[in-house]
Amino acid sequence: MSEPRFALGQRVRIAARDVAVHHRVPAYAQGHVGTVERICGLYGQPETYIHGDGQPFTRLYRISLAQTDLWPDYSGSSRDRLDIEIFEHWLEASS
Amino acid sequence: MKQPSKPHDVGGLAGGPIDPGEHDIAYWEWQIDAMIRLALKKGLISDFAEMRDGIERLAPEDYERLNYYERWATSLAHTLLGKGVVSREALDAKVAEIRARQSAEASQ
Repeated sequence: MSEPRFALGQRVRIAARDVAVHHRVPAYAQGHVGTVERICGLYGQPETYIHGDGQPFTRLYRISLAQTDLWPDYSGSSRDRLDIEIFEHWLEASS
Repeated sequence: MKQPSKPHDVGGLAGGPIDPGEHDIAYWEWQIDAMIRLALKKGLISDFAEMRDGIERLAPEDYERLNYYERWATSLAHTLLGKGVVSREALDAKVAEIRARQSAEASQ
């Protein structure tokens, strides 16, 4: 299996797309930049599960986002994070 | 925030108060749950993602109108019809039979 495209701590942007089939990337997270908190491993991802057997498995990452970045009127601590698991093909490197 | 493209994708939207109360599960709801698990076990559906996909394809007005297990039932019906596991005629006949039975029970 290929090596992970992204490294721990790397800044990545979650793609903003309208995909017809079921996926697991909520609109609120799309387009936002976060950091790779964990490389979770390989999993069947729903966009291909629906059309077949989920193979080949796809690498999943846990992406950490700042709550103050997600929600313009966020009133909690600027250190608060939201971690969300995103498949590799939804991520792109960000500066 | 990006505009959600489907009715289920409500994270971050103003949704009003949430009722955290428990509610009784009707017998037919257990039956739908059992049918989905059986369909998975028999390989008629590939994964829960396929059921979720069917739910997300509901028209927004249907998505809002239907309760949790009604959405599952609709998704399961569409999926099994699409794969030819159940025919439209067989499903329509069964629905007619149930309606007739309920109507007879109601008039007793």
